[in-house]
Amino acid sequence: MAGINLRGVVKAYGKTQVIHGVDCAIADGEFLVIVGPSGCGKSTLLRMIAGLELITGGEISIGDRVVNDLEPAERDIAMVFQNYALYPHMTVYNNMAYGLKIRGLAKADIDTRVRKAAEILALDDDLLRRTPRQLSGGQRQRVAMGRAIVRQPSAFLFDEPLSNLDAKLRVQMRLEIKKLQQDLGITSVYVTHDQVEAMTLGHRLMVLNGGVVEQIGAPIALYEHPATLFVAGFIGSPSMNLLPARIGDGGDRVELSGGDSLALPPGRFAAHAGRTVTAGIRPEHFEMAADDQSVARIAVDVVEQLGADTLVHGHFGNDRGGLTVRLNGTQNLQARQVLPMSVRPDLIHLFDADSGRRLEG
Amino acid sequence: MVEVRPWLSILTHVVLVLGVLIVAFPIYVTFVASSHELEALLQSPIPLVPGGELLNNYTAALTKGAKAVGAPVGVMMLNSLVMALGIATGKIAISIIAAFAIVYFRFRFRMTAFWMIFITLMLPVEVRILPTYKVVADLGMLDTYGGLIIPLIASATATFMFRQVFLTVPDELAEAARIDGAGPLRFFWDVLLPISRTNIAALFVILFIYGWNQYLWPLLITTDESLYTILIGINRMLAAGDDQAEWQIIMATTMLAMLPPVLVVVSMQRLFVKGLVETEK
Repeated sequence: MAGINLRGVVKAYGKTQVIHGVDCAIADGEFLVIVGPSGCGKSTLLRMIAGLELITGGEISIGDRVVNDLEPAERDIAMVFQNYALYPHMTVYNNMAYGLKIRGLAKADIDTRVRKAAEILALDDDLLRRTPRQLSGGQRQRVAMGRAIVRQPSAFLFDEPLSNLDAKLRVQMRLEIKKLQQDLGITSVYVTHDQVEAMTLGHRLMVLNGGVVEQIGAPIALYEHPATLFVAGFIGSPSMNLLPARIGDGGDRVELSGGDSLALPPGRFAAHAGRTVTAGIRPEHFEMAADDQSVARIAVDVVEQLGADTLVHGHFGNDRGGLTVRLNGTQNLQARQVLPMSVRPDLIHLFDADSGRRLEG
Repeated sequence: MVEVRPWLSILTHVVLVLGVLIVAFPIYVTFVASSHELEALLQSPIPLVPGGELLNNYTAALTKGAKAVGAPVGVMMLNSLVMALGIATGKIAISIIAAFAIVYFRFRFRMTAFWMIFITLMLPVEVRILPTYKVVADLGMLDTYGGLIIPLIASATATFMFRQVFLTVPDELAEAARIDGAGPLRFFWDVLLPISRTNIAALFVILFIYGWNQYLWPLLITTDESLYTILIGINRMLAAGDDQAEWQIIMATTMLAMLPPVLVVVSMQRLFVKGLVETEK
């Protein structure tokens, strides 16, 4: 059991720097999910924690030990790989036992640990005798986790462990991983590019973009208060509408490109009156307008009926489109119709047009 | 080709049978010749049905050999076996370790080393045979098993093949082993060797036959009849000088010479094919 501490962690390949100083303290027993688009350095960061990549600068500690120069085996971690990396010639049992054998544990100890892990993961005796080749994707995934569990490490590292599974299995394994982590209470770092996984699994979320940490926080906090334009666009599905806008001279309205405007919480943005901003509105936060006080008129282009929701793709005024609205239930809407929509003032996010940082009132 | 046409099927079978006959006929003649007395073979036309001297000829070959050569074929086969096994295992051992170094370790001049090995692929034994002979002679290894085997052990082909095999092994496997605490040698022994098992088998078959069929090198290096390999033996039997070559013994020896490679291929065929076609690691 141990927390993980990253202090100014930097990674460079030759002259190309890919991780630009990451600071993060992961508490004991916490489940941290690192999420970001491909190539953002999330796997590299995880592999640096694992000790598979050298650390160019900064410091990583697990528990109270600085592990910068320790071999992966000495860091007391276990890793689950995307392609599972099971030893193809060994039985499932031996796959799980191999690391323990190397550590020189007694045969009886190894057996107890493997049996226990197998029980947790519902791997029966018949499965333990098979080789990975004879297993399905979900079973391989379980074995990979079993191999991590038997080591009783102070931290689990997951590198996109679910991306090789089909959609249904992925949902199921996601739940299992979450339950397992809760039951075992072992500090975990989980890398994914799937934001649903990110939202559902972690206690906290780290959004990484181009080797820079955009924001760290509870998933729901990131959803409700994205610190940057990138986080705003990345978290949530369908993603947030980001619109060029201007804060009205009174500071109490935000003017959209079509000439319409929406009300802001009174007084909060008074200091920013007249400023050019990017307004962020989540598709699910649009409502059919009840009054005509604060209305944005959206021209409908395409309507998608999903049953539970209706997705409306449209645009404001002379905009090109790219606006998504999500309405509850089935709605009887036609293309080229114009919808008067309103948004609750406190659900409008404003970002500085230049820096992309969130404007706080 | 999925068409079903009777005449096409007949034609393909005729071609197939013809091919088999062309390949098999000389072997059949050799076999028949090894079962007759010498006199029968010297008449024309030579007999095409097996005779009654089969056992006698083979026993004579194995225990006494031909008059022109001092060593019995049994000894020669043993020599050939030692050489073929030595070359095959030696080549595999050296090249698999070399490939391991080239693929899994980052050291200075790694690629230079690889390319140097690769370039020697272009040089057949014959090109470097004189310098090699000089070295072996200076080391006093003429007429020894060492002299027969060691100079033929280095193999660029096998190194290259193992390199390709190792490149198909996912990096994560090495990383998982590292996390499990396995050092490089442990990883090599516990993971890499077992998963290259079929490739090793395939290579063993090829290299065993290569070693068994070595001719030029043993011819140069051995003068002592007790170290003759079977191919050299057959050659010497033919050079009987003024005497009549003992064709029935020579033919029996030839049949015997064919036997071990056939046994190796047949017994390892399953692994051999698997090793050449298997891609999943």
